[in-house]
Amino acid sequence: MSLVEIAAISKSYGTVEVLKNVSLSVAKGEVVAVIGRSGSGKSTMLRCVNGLEPIQAGSISVDGVRVNDPKTNLRKLRQEVGIVFQSFNLFPHLSVCDNITLAPRVVKKQAPEAAREVAREVLRRVGLEDKLDSFPSQLSGGQQQRVAIARSLAMKPKLMLFDEVTSALDPELTGEVLKVLESVAQEGMTMILVTHEMGFARRFGSRVVFMHEGRIHEEGQAAAVLAEPKTPELQTFLSAVLH
Amino acid sequence: MIRTFSYIDVMYLIAAARWTLALTATAFAGSAVLGLLLAIARISPIAPLRWITATYIHIVQGTPLLVWLFLIFFGLPFVGISVNPWLAAALAFSIYGSAFLGEIWRGALISIARTQWEAGASLGLSMYEQLRHVIVPQSIRVAIPPTVGFLVQLIKNTSLAATIGLVELTREGQLTAAGTYKPFAVYITVACIYFAMCFPLTQWSRSLERKLDVAR
Repeated sequence: MSLVEIAAISKSYGTVEVLKNVSLSVAKGEVVAVIGRSGSGKSTMLRCVNGLEPIQAGSISVDGVRVNDPKTNLRKLRQEVGIVFQSFNLFPHLSVCDNITLAPRVVKKQAPEAAREVAREVLRRVGLEDKLDSFPSQLSGGQQQRVAIARSLAMKPKLMLFDEVTSALDPELTGEVLKVLESVAQEGMTMILVTHEMGFARRFGSRVVFMHEGRIHEEGQAAAVLAEPKTPELQTFLSAVLH
Repeated sequence: MIRTFSYIDVMYLIAAARWTLALTATAFAGSAVLGLLLAIARISPIAPLRWITATYIHIVQGTPLLVWLFLIFFGLPFVGISVNPWLAAALAFSIYGSAFLGEIWRGALISIARTQWEAGASLGLSMYEQLRHVIVPQSIRVAIPPTVGFLVQLIKNTSLAATIGLVELTREGQLTAAGTYKPFAVYITVACIYFAMCFPLTQWSRSLERKLDVAR
């Protein structure tokens, strides 16, 4: 059974339809890279998966739980679905440790010492163990994004969503974040990434989904889709981003 | 029988200023409790709650404080509720203050980027937990300078309580002026005492504004 089941969802902002009958299922352990032009609806689709954006039609379920059901406890669902944003969205008034331990302490009622241990462990995984007591403003963009990934990992999610997590970083810093993503992927995490990093998509994506004008235009096994795009839209897109 | 305006009268005026401060403190406490509830209700996802509180704020901000004071002190006894000047003043100032503090604090809350709410929500925090741990701590720095500014307004506005016979600084000044027939000297003294209370706060507010701005 698939972990994420997106079934025929549609979403509009006013009269503008941003998602048109989109369906996608993601199996446990899969790394799905979502690519496409800005405005194609890829970020919106991602944000629908953890209920940050409501949908008007269709259904989404994560691990058998319907996201777009008023009876669903979104708080509970969001503990299982991590999301990392383009602009990091760390809490600027909290130390790295508090950023990471806030939700474990408040939501999962972990004891502060236990939560701190978890913070230490996830920071080790992103290579920033020495930054436990720093503040976000003292870190580089790449480090902030790695802390944001660690913050998400600390909730031990079943699924992680990445919304253009390297787009706000310069190439040098992009590399360090991609390295963290690789190790998270290799640990078997189910991931959906909206990304412009075609190299990463090719090497670590089990699948690539190309979105165009609110629809899934083409999808398939990552290396194959990127090497031999079938539709002219994807060919145009790829030649634009690769050159 | 006219006496002279002497040192002892000045001491009485200074002593009366403590009632001005006491009324300010009471009114600020009432305004803060009500204002916090209003600010949160104004950004709540429940639309009717937003409308009701917005209406309340528009009405209070659109009517003079003096009218509220009279309405409560002179009006309520006519519907069978008798109030002493202290209670009337505390009520009127709390109603007035809550509408202003509520708006100041709402502004501070909405000045925090929506992405901070999203980050909190995505980690499974409830709306209350997002406010308590993410939004309010960040908005305090935004809210402090205008809140201190409001406090200065409140100190000056408590002088209106003189009209319902509450003997605070202004009322004491009226009584002294009537007794000594030296209104110019008396009211200059009264003004100086108000200034001595307000000026340090204004300066503090300015320095906070500068400090919090630089830190950003």
